[in-house]
Amino acid sequence: MEQVRETAGLAVRDAVVRYGATRRRPGSVAVDGVSLDVAAGEIVALLGPSGCGKSSLLRAVAGLEPLAGGTVAFDGEDLAGVPVHRRGFGLLFQDGQLFPHRDVGRNVAYGLETQGLSRAERSARVAALLDDVGLAGYQGRSVATLSGGEKQRVALARALAPRPRLLLLDEPLSALDRRLRERLAVDVRDTLKATGTTAVFVTHDHDEAFTVADRVAVMDAGRLLQVDAPDVLLRAPAGPRVAEFLGLAPEADGLARAERTTAG
Amino acid sequence: MDVDRRRLTRGVRAGRWGAWLGWGAAVALPLGFLAVFFAWPVVSLVLQGFFTETAAGRTLDLSGFAEVLSQERTWRIVGQTLAQALAGTVLSVLLGLPGAYVLYRCRFPGRTLVRGLVTVPFVLPSVVVGVAFRALFAPGGLLGWAHLEESFAGIVLALVFFNYAVVVRTVGSMWERLDPRAEQAARALGATPWRAFRTVTLPALGPAIASAAAVVFLFCATAFGVVLVLGGLRYGTIETEIWTRTTQFLDLRSAAVLSVLQLVVVAGALLVSSRARARRERALQLTGDRASAHRLRLRAGGDLWPALATAVVVAGLLVLPMAGLVSRSLRAPDGSWGLDNYVALGTTGGRNALTVTVWEALGNSLRTAAWAAVIAVVVGGLVALVVSRRPRRAGLRRAVGVLDAAFMLPLGVSAVTVGFGFLITLDRPLGLDVDLRTSGALVPIAQAVVAIPLVVRTMLPVLRAIDPRLREAAATLGAAPGRVLRTVDGPLGARSLGLAIGFAFAVSLGEFGATSFLARPDTATLPVVIYRLIGRPGAENYGMALAASVVLAVLTATVMMVAERLRGDRPGGEF
Repeated sequence: MEQVRETAGLAVRDAVVRYGATRRRPGSVAVDGVSLDVAAGEIVALLGPSGCGKSSLLRAVAGLEPLAGGTVAFDGEDLAGVPVHRRGFGLLFQDGQLFPHRDVGRNVAYGLETQGLSRAERSARVAALLDDVGLAGYQGRSVATLSGGEKQRVALARALAPRPRLLLLDEPLSALDRRLRERLAVDVRDTLKATGTTAVFVTHDHDEAFTVADRVAVMDAGRLLQVDAPDVLLRAPAGPRVAEFLGLAPEADGLARAERTTAG
Repeated sequence: MDVDRRRLTRGVRAGRWGAWLGWGAAVALPLGFLAVFFAWPVVSLVLQGFFTETAAGRTLDLSGFAEVLSQERTWRIVGQTLAQALAGTVLSVLLGLPGAYVLYRCRFPGRTLVRGLVTVPFVLPSVVVGVAFRALFAPGGLLGWAHLEESFAGIVLALVFFNYAVVVRTVGSMWERLDPRAEQAARALGATPWRAFRTVTLPALGPAIASAAAVVFLFCATAFGVVLVLGGLRYGTIETEIWTRTTQFLDLRSAAVLSVLQLVVVAGALLVSSRARARRERALQLTGDRASAHRLRLRAGGDLWPALATAVVVAGLLVLPMAGLVSRSLRAPDGSWGLDNYVALGTTGGRNALTVTVWEALGNSLRTAAWAAVIAVVVGGLVALVVSRRPRRAGLRRAVGVLDAAFMLPLGVSAVTVGFGFLITLDRPLGLDVDLRTSGALVPIAQAVVAIPLVVRTMLPVLRAIDPRLREAAATLGAAPGRVLRTVDGPLGARSLGLAIGFAFAVSLGEFGATSFLARPDTATLPVVIYRLIGRPGAENYGMALAASVVLAVLTATVMMVAERLRGDRPGGEF
C-alpha cells in the first residue's frame, strides 16, 4: 500500500529521445536523460524555448516516439512496449487536429465509441463535456465553422471524454491570440481541476505555465534545469539560464535594453 | 494487478503480431499480383529475345538482336517513334501552357465546364480517337482538304489531342497554388510582364512542366491504338510494330527484341519523370495555398493571347474531331442523315464482320471493366496505403520507396508487351494445370495491370495529405490501428476512392493494347470490335464503327464526369 502511493501517477526516469538514428549514426538527441514525476491529480507545466525537447518528451510519454533510453511508468507499471492506444493517456495538439469529416459532437464522442456505452449515455457525456468547455449545444456544428479558440475547446473536450488517466497538452494555446490565450489558460486549469485530471502541459510562455500548473519544470537543450512550484521558481531560480528564461535576469535584460538604445 | 499486467503484455504482443500480419498482407498481395501478372510475363517475353530453345535446352543467343537491329525497317520505326513522341510532347507543352494559365489562373463563367471538356480526351479510348481523326482527315471529312490521312502531322495532332489535358492539369494545378506576390514583386522592381513571367513564374513552374513533358513523352512513345488506326502502313511506333510482328508475321522473337528496345526508351522517360517529380514535391513546399486566380482580362491585360490560343485549341483540336465523329456517325451508309448506324449496332456487321453484336460487345466491356476496376482498386489502394506511410526505420522507408516505383512500371511498359507476355506464360501459371488464356479472366487482369498505376497516383496524394497527427490523436483517444484505419484514413480517403474507381473503370473500358491480344471473338470488348469493324470493307461496317465509337466515348466521358464530381474541388492526383 505504501509503495503504491509512492509511485502513483507518472514516473519518467532518465528518458532519452533521439531523432534520425540509424545503425551507424547515433542521430541528434532531443531529450537527454530527463527524470520527472507527476503525482495523481497534479498539473505540471514543461516550460522551455522552442526546440528544447519538451514536445519530444511529451510524445515519448504518449508512446508516439520510442525511447532510446530510460523508462516511462504510470502507477508503478512500466509502459515499455505498450502501444499508444492502450496507455489511456490523452493528447491535445497545438492545432487541435479535429477530425474534419466528423461534426463537433462526433469528434467528442470518438474516444467513447469503443467503451461500450449506450447511445444515450454517450450523448449525455458529450453534452456535459461541451457544457464544461463552454460550448453547450455545439454538437451538430461542422468543425470547419469553428474559430481557433472554439476548436481548442472542442479538442480539450474530446481528449477528456474517455477519462484519460493522464492528459498531455502540447502547446494547446500557442496558436491563439494573446487575450484569448490568457482567458483559456484559466479555463483549462479550472476544467482540469474540476475533473481531477493529472496533466502535463507543454508551453514556451512562462505566464501561461504559472497560470495553469501546480509545478513548473524548466527545460533547456534536452535537460531539466529545475522543477518547482511557481512561487519557489520565481523566488529562487536555480541558475542564470532559468532566471533568463523566466524573464528575471537583470543583466541579460539590461544588456538587451542597452543594445536597443545603441541601435536606436 | 499482476494478472492485469500479464493480460496487457499478451494483448500487446498479439497486437504487434497483428500489425505485422496486416501490413505484411497489404504488401504481399500487391507484390504477388505484380510478380505473377506483370513481372513474370514481361521478363519471360524479354528473355525470348535473348535465348533460343534447342534440343539441349535454352542457350543464350543474341543473333535475334543482331538480326532485328540490322534491319532498316527497325530503325525507321524507332526513329518514327521518337520523332512522333518528341513532336507530340513539344506541341502539347507549347499549347498546354497558355491553357493552364487561362483555366487555372483566370476566372470566367463556364470555367468548370471547359476544364471538364479539356479532360475528356485524356480518358477517351485510343481507338475512338483514331477513328475520330480518321473521319476528320478522310476525303469528304471536315479536314479532308488538308491531306493529313496517314501522315506524320495527322498522328502528332491526335497525340496532342490526347495529352493536352496532361499538361494543362499538371502545370495548372501547380500554377494555381503559386504565390502571385513573387511575380508582383518582380513587377514592382521594374520588370515587364514578359520578363516577370520568364524570370520568376517560368522557373517556378519548371519542375511541373518537366514532369508533365516526361509523362506526355511516355504516353506518346507507347501510343498504340491511335497510331495503329491513323498510321496505316507507312507510320508506326515500336508498339504497333510489336503488334504487327506478333499477330501478322507470327515473329515472336523479333517482337521480343523490339520489346526490349521499347523498355530502354520507356526507362529513360520514367527516369526523367521521377527526377522531375521529386523536384516538384520539393518545390511545392515553397508555395502558398492562397487562391490566386483573377478575372479574365481580355481588353486591358495580357490575357488576350493566351485566351485566344486556348479557344483555338479547345474548339479546333478538341471539339472539332469529336463533333466530326458524331456528325459522321449520323450519316447512313447511303449518305442520308439518320440513325441507321446506331440501329445496326444490334447486328454483327456487314458480311458478318463480327462474332457478337456491338451491344453484346458493350456488355462484355462493362463486365470486364467492372472486374478490372475492382482488382485495380483493391491492389492499387493497398499500394497507396502502404506507400503513404513514413516508417521510422530508414530501411523500411527505402523499401516503401521501391514499392512505389515498382507499381509505376506498368505505366511505362507497353500494354502490348503485357498482353503478349500473358499469351506466352499464362497457359500454365505457376505450374498449375489451368489455362488462364481460355478462362476469360485474363482480360480484366490485364486491364487492371494497366489501370493500377493511375489508381495509385490518384489515391496517394490524398492519403499523404492526411496529417499524421490526426492518426496520433485517434490513437491517444484509445483507437487501435485497425480503428484508426477505418475511422480516419477510410472516410478521408473515400473521395479519392471514388475518383480512382472511375478512373480505373474508364481506362479499362477503353483499353485496347493488351485486350486485343487476349479477348476471344465471342468475348470481344467494344474497342476491339471497333478496330475490327474499321478493318473490314464496306460503308456499313465503317458507319457502325463510328456509331460504336460515339457510344464508347459517351460512356467513358460520363464515367469520368461522375468520378470528377465525387472528387470535388480539392487538388490532388497527377493527371
